[in-house]
Amino acid sequence: MGTLQAIPLNHYIFLSVILFSIGVMGVLLRRNAIIIFMCIELMLNAVNLLMVAFSAHHGDGSGQVFVFFIMAVAAAEVAVGLSILIMMHRNTNTTDVGFLNKLKF
Amino acid sequence: MTQYVFYFLSFLAILSALMVVFSKNPIHSVLYLVLTFFAIAGHYLLLNAQFLAIVHIVVYAGAIMVLFLYVLMLLNLNVDAEPVKKNWVKFAGVLSGGLLMLTLVATFHKAETMPLIQDNPEIGVTANLGKILFGEFALPFEISSVLLLSAMIGAIMLSKKEVKK
Repeated sequence: MGTLQAIPLNHYIFLSVILFSIGVMGVLLRRNAIIIFMCIELMLNAVNLLMVAFSAHHGDGSGQVFVFFIMAVAAAEVAVGLSILIMMHRNTNTTDVGFLNKLKF
Repeated sequence: MTQYVFYFLSFLAILSALMVVFSKNPIHSVLYLVLTFFAIAGHYLLLNAQFLAIVHIVVYAGAIMVLFLYVLMLLNLNVDAEPVKKNWVKFAGVLSGGLLMLTLVATFHKAETMPLIQDNPEIGVTANLGKILFGEFALPFEISSVLLLSAMIGAIMLSKKEVKK
């Protein structure tokens, strides 16, 4: 394998920034709780990609191990989050986050 | 060659990420998100992180997205039942997301443009990562197993129907 890739490190930063912003935009735009979850996954993946890029750049494997841990935490988060969502659907018959306004000031 | 693959995968990832946000049907959103994850796995392969690419496909596209699809079909949400937001709320959402992107891009714009140098292309293979994972990071690895166990118990407790006394 060639040790020098022709891609500047900046482009990885820009790609991650764009993906992260799309995730933020989705959380702000959508009202369906499942879509909001998916956008959170998108943001996590943007960060993961940047971490792998810097890990490859520095030649240090610790960054890739961190990404592995982030994946484990994301799996746990999705399992708990989706069961909360099922509870919510059972109680309110909808997954619209606008209905959960009991704690609203 | 690598450059063209990089730009193609980036284009694919950004386009399908946009489709996740803007498609009406939640099932389509899930499928586009799977496409985004495959593009990101391609990026991992370009960065010589073979182990993470495989784990990413197995965990995200194989497990998490199937869970999402399963919940969508369980709740019968595959019809477009989402109430429409007001136009100014949509505008504000797009505006704040765009402003965040603008700020971050402007921050990194002046950063030094150096090509990505891979001193040691072998770090991403399973043998190397396994040595790091079970040597330096053995304790966090064990703790993450406890985390997964507690998440499993929590998911079962949360989705169980309450028994009336």
